[in-house]
Amino acid sequence: MSNDIFVWIEQFNGQVAGPSWEAIGAARTLSQTLGGQVCACIFGQGVEALAKDAIAYGADKVFLADDPTLADFRLEPYTALMAELARQHQPALILMGATARGRDLGPAVAVDLETGCVADCTALEFQDGQLVATRPIYAGKLLCTCTVPERRPAVFTLRSRAFPKPEPDPSRTGEIIQVAPILKEEDIPSKVTGFQETVGGVNLADAAIIVSGGRGVGGPEGFEPIRELARTLKAAVGASRAAVDAGWIPYEHQVGQTGKTVSPDLYIACGISGAIQHQAGMRTSKVIVAINKDPEAPIFQLARYGIVGDLFKYVPALAEELKKRLGA
Amino acid sequence: MHIVVCTKQTPDSAAKLTVDAAGNVSWGDSPIVINPWDEYAVEEALLIKERLGGNARVTVISMGPEAALEALKHAIAMGADEGIRIWDPIFEGSDTLATSYVLAKAIEKMGDVDLVLFGKSAIDSQTGQIPVEVAYRLGFSPLTYVIKIAELDPAGKTIIAERLLEQGRQVVKAPLPAVVGTIKGINEPRYPSFMGIRKATRAQYPVWSATDIGADPAKVGAAGSGVRWTRIFSPPTREGKAEIIQAETVEETVRILVDKLMAEKVI
Ligand SMILES: Cc1cc2nc3c(=O)[nH]c(=O)nc-3n(C[C@H](O)[C@H](O)[C@H](O)COP(=O)(O)OP(=O)(O)OC[C@H]3O[C@@H](n4cnc5c(N)ncnc54)[C@H](O)[C@@H]3O)c2cc1C
Ligand SMILES: Nc1ncnc2c1ncn2[C@@H]1O[C@H](COP(=O)(O)O)[C@@H](O)[C@H]1O
Repeated sequence: MSNDIFVWIEQFNGQVAGPSWEAIGAARTLSQTLGGQVCACIFGQGVEALAKDAIAYGADKVFLADDPTLADFRLEPYTALMAELARQHQPALILMGATARGRDLGPAVAVDLETGCVADCTALEFQDGQLVATRPIYAGKLLCTCTVPERRPAVFTLRSRAFPKPEPDPSRTGEIIQVAPILKEEDIPSKVTGFQETVGGVNLADAAIIVSGGRGVGGPEGFEPIRELARTLKAAVGASRAAVDAGWIPYEHQVGQTGKTVSPDLYIACGISGAIQHQAGMRTSKVIVAINKDPEAPIFQLARYGIVGDLFKYVPALAEELKKRLGA
Repeated sequence: MHIVVCTKQTPDSAAKLTVDAAGNVSWGDSPIVINPWDEYAVEEALLIKERLGGNARVTVISMGPEAALEALKHAIAMGADEGIRIWDPIFEGSDTLATSYVLAKAIEKMGDVDLVLFGKSAIDSQTGQIPVEVAYRLGFSPLTYVIKIAELDPAGKTIIAERLLEQGRQVVKAPLPAVVGTIKGINEPRYPSFMGIRKATRAQYPVWSATDIGADPAKVGAAGSGVRWTRIFSPPTREGKAEIIQAETVEETVRILVDKLMAEKVI
């Protein structure tokens, strides 16, 4: 076994998912204790350019597989390649983002290598030589710590925005190693036949700021001021389940236990009461602002700042003020 | 067509949880329920069966102690045909590596399974790893985060599924047998009917042991696990109540708020 750390760099159409760079940053920190190199694994088609980025963000070495069979994320070819690279190079750890794709690849690789995979980590630190991961359980009502005491490599998926994104340093140098895929197209049963991109780029998990609306917005048109505020802040739009169930906004926007888990720097909850299941998805946000006409709403217990009043007055006023200040 | 739904029991999602110094979690007198995400998997199995004019059998399985019966009973009450509990004291302490092994062995034993449905994750341990692990072990097509089964052709043995990823919907065509990890939005789970509840109360729930499914004792329980939980604790509590911003006018109020947010460096 080496002391190297593998990091899977997730990309879609050549765009790298935020948690991948965060994972490189986490790997750099861990490698200070572990020694060994940080090795980025980049799979796709037409993705050579990303190798340099990975080095700038902190990789010492890049395993680059550029092949049509890897154009779309598919579990079979990605797992086969990742597991084979791990068998050849024997890293101590494998890190990746806890995105939909990462939460598929991590455990599949772990099964292939008969090792442990810790899901959705929010912190990683060495204690007495053992890497200890912290992760939320029971919808974030509790936390637990986990280790992978014996098996190697140990696999960890990291929650979006739980680890700081490193500053890229274009002067860093590293080694790029071309690798070939393991499976041929005819050995891959799954075929990707289409991709419908979400319009309006919801991607809540990556958003630094989220403006969310709940039942208090009163109807589909009630999301207009929410969207306007979001545009001003370059924020993503979130929603409570009540608003989604009412059909005012698609499910993709739902935050909470049965929706997305988010952790932005700023979460502005408008007309959301703050039910425990909603809190489950947003309680780790750095600063929470609540705008609600009911001073007793539970959201005020979680929020750092609150405005008690009508969202239809305060949300547009807030957007106006921000436009002035941010010069937007 | 034989459809298997994997499910487990969890404390109710509204339960107030406490944890003692030894790390034991308790949920007071809150009920144990079927893992809420799994209701979508059961519902989808029933919808498929209905679409096939009843030409399918829905088996629900759960690896777990007695309490797992709650999940099986709920699924039967919704309309599933039979429930099997998979348990052996040596399964105690299994992580997802070991649990997926046990579930895969049980599904292998059945021999004729075309489709295995899962919930997205369990609301207690919330790993979401079991569906993909079971698929990988069985060599079944791995379809997770499925928001829509667009096509299911039992004769041609193919399935077309729409998977919800961060950037949108990926459409995948794959051969059966397949594993489908469902998410909310795929359907609206039905409530158990009165007749269903009666059926669930009277039904027999066979228990399959490690020997019954041919499981290697070295691959189950703590011995077969990769991950060890070392501590469970309550998260640090937030500072308490929000600072309420209240000025003469709406404009002044939002101005103060923006000042504070700028000072916090979040905008
Ligand atoms: C198993 C399970 C899973 C769940 N999962 C989720 C989940 O993932 N996400 C989620 O959000 N919920 C979830 N829920 C539902 C949750 O329990 C709540 O019902 C839901 O979050 C309530 O949404 P809300 O806050 O928008 O609505 P309400 O609770 O009705 O609150 C509306 C708020 O708007 C305020 N308001 C009204 N008009 C105005 C106005 N003009 N200006 C300012 N304020 C106004 C009101 O004072 C009130 O506080 C789940 C429930 C269960 C049982
Ligand atoms: N012990 C178990 N028995 C049967 N199914 C399970 C078990 N644990 C988890 N599952 C299934 O796997 C899904 C994901 O669970 P998890 O990976 O534990 O978050 C759940 O929604 C269930 O469908």
